[in-house]
Amino acid sequence: MRFGHMLASVALGFATLASTGAKAVEIEYWQYVFDTRVKAMNQLITKFQEANPDIKVKQTTFPYADYQTKVAAAILAGQGPDVVQLFYGWTDNFIAGKMIRPLRAEAFPAAEIERDFFPIVSAMKRGNDYYGLPTAVRSLALFYNKKAFKDAGLDPNSPPRTIDELVAAAEKTVKRDGSGNIVSAGMTLDMGGQDHQWWREVLIRQFGGVPYTENDTKVAYNDEAGLKALTFYTDLQKKHKVGQAGFMDEGQAAFRAGLAAMTIDGTFRLGSFGTIKAFEWGVTELPANAQGVRSNYASYFANAVTTKAEGEKLAAAEKFLKYVTSPEAMKVWMEVVGELPARREVALTPENVAHPVYGPFLKGLEYAHTTLFKDEAAQRQVAIDMANRVLIGGEDPKASLEKAAEAEQAIIDRAKR
Amino acid sequence: MSTVSHREVASGGLWSRMSLGQKQVIWAWSFLAVPLVFYVVIRFWPTFQAFYLSVTDWTITKPAAFVGLENYGRLLGDPLFWQVFRNTFLYLILGTPISLLISFVVAYYLDRVRFMHSFIRALYFLPFLTTAAAMAWVWRWFYQPVPIGVINDVLSSFGIPQQPFLRSTSQALPAVLAPAVWAGLGFQIIIFLAGLRAIPVTYYEAARIDGLPEGAILRKITLPLLKPTLVFLVVFSSIGFLRIFDQVYNINTNDPGGPLNSTKPLVLMIYQTAFSSYEMGYAAAQTVVLFVILLVISLVQLRLMRDR
Repeated sequence: MRFGHMLASVALGFATLASTGAKAVEIEYWQYVFDTRVKAMNQLITKFQEANPDIKVKQTTFPYADYQTKVAAAILAGQGPDVVQLFYGWTDNFIAGKMIRPLRAEAFPAAEIERDFFPIVSAMKRGNDYYGLPTAVRSLALFYNKKAFKDAGLDPNSPPRTIDELVAAAEKTVKRDGSGNIVSAGMTLDMGGQDHQWWREVLIRQFGGVPYTENDTKVAYNDEAGLKALTFYTDLQKKHKVGQAGFMDEGQAAFRAGLAAMTIDGTFRLGSFGTIKAFEWGVTELPANAQGVRSNYASYFANAVTTKAEGEKLAAAEKFLKYVTSPEAMKVWMEVVGELPARREVALTPENVAHPVYGPFLKGLEYAHTTLFKDEAAQRQVAIDMANRVLIGGEDPKASLEKAAEAEQAIIDRAKR
Repeated sequence: MSTVSHREVASGGLWSRMSLGQKQVIWAWSFLAVPLVFYVVIRFWPTFQAFYLSVTDWTITKPAAFVGLENYGRLLGDPLFWQVFRNTFLYLILGTPISLLISFVVAYYLDRVRFMHSFIRALYFLPFLTTAAAMAWVWRWFYQPVPIGVINDVLSSFGIPQQPFLRSTSQALPAVLAPAVWAGLGFQIIIFLAGLRAIPVTYYEAARIDGLPEGAILRKITLPLLKPTLVFLVVFSSIGFLRIFDQVYNINTNDPGGPLNSTKPLVLMIYQTAFSSYEMGYAAAQTVVLFVILLVISLVQLRLMRDR
């Protein structure tokens, strides 16, 4: 009797195991913790599982700190995700570590990708292979404080369109005390924030140069254009005195507190600025130069298939990646997270382009550049130090620029080994 | 049943043949083994591994390859290393004497205060209990320019021009050091107080009866008898300043160790090399250098201040 019982339960156990084993493939998806991103992904997973009852997706999240280290350690140990989220700038590292695999051309034809997505996805391409695709992208724009504009006698509905107008508006809106100390900035200066991207991909191009050549492996800004771009930037503090590096600690903090009339920041700041109650703010495209040349810096987190996924898991992972980069998923992502869709047709709807907040960011995507960083933190530090040498040390911009170019080239060369 | 009793007899035989002293030694070592094993596995093993890593080019994602002394060569030729080296020693040379002097003066006079003695002592100890990160953030705001920086607000209300503090290559290091010194004071004061209390009162009574002035009492009795306390504090606080990290990192998170690396200590350079640039081999070489510096300084201090 007892033996019969046992046999039955064992058989039942095997049966359930076999049935689930045959029915559902479980794949793992990893991303960092950020409330709205996790929520959006949960919605996508639910929808995906409804359409594909034979695939189960498990989402794992963890804090952003040391994200790379943890993912690398897990995958190298044979654990970890089948589909992983990674910053586009880490792609080289992930490929070198054999952590992600190229997307199969049959499942993701390059021609289709290049037709449907914004050109910045080329940062995921090595040779003929794409190594991942984004759901959403982010770009930069100029945020301005409408109240500060009105108080200074400027029209709050016509923000600066060129960099000369930017300087003029900053000069009007800056406030100083009796001893000349800035008490409210016209324009924030924060190389540690987004200014280094503005300088690198926008200002240099607007002054007639390019930041890098040969697929971003050769520093090319140590020339007339680079010098003009740097001088323009440092003159905001030294000559026009409309802002001050370190004022209110961070540019975004100054703007949030209502103590800066203008700041350059990305889509990811919308959530934080959305809670500002004290004043109304607006967004406009990054100002053009006198000839009308515009540029922008765009970045994104891409989703990639890891080397851990094999066989049926690989097929399931590809299906899932296809879904999270589909037009439907991008719409969900934009509604829940507020990030811009990576596909042109989803992003550039008349409704979106006319949107007072999303519009300027979307327009920027059309002409945006994406720097292929080798070591983003270190390369950003080069730009911070370059500005500081001029602003604090009083060094000649030309000498400072030359040191920066040399230091950054060394970082890039070392990563190539 | 029978096997159990058989084993008891066998082991009992071996155990009973030992002397009491041997048994005590075995007992002692079996208890000591627990922390020892822990230390070997958690502390010493990784330390030795760091020595090995320092001669490889491991970057987490790429497998490690032996590169000989290349990392050390690169370190010696790296101007950042020498800057960081100088900063680290500035923290040490400024931090240790200043903090010891202040804490000794406070302890010396606090020792004589009877009124609310414990309360005042607790107040001095409070910063030591505060998280370094939280403290660094508060001081970071103190140092801001007007209109939000408290210190600059006070300065400009007296008509003194505002100071850049953290935005200056010459003022930043002392500005970062100040909260670090302040945070350590409480601990040092408590240790000094304990040292002062340990000096027998009879010495002082004898000196006063002989009419020795206070200054001479301090020089001839208090300080020499405080020497063990002083040695401990000098070594302890030197190691602390050589390993300074959280204050520096948190007071300037956007440009850690900045501006222009003027506040960057060796530990922060190691951290950035390892966990931002992922150059583990190079970071391990820096760690070995820090280890050697700490070792040499501790040994020299112990030797210099040893009782003759």
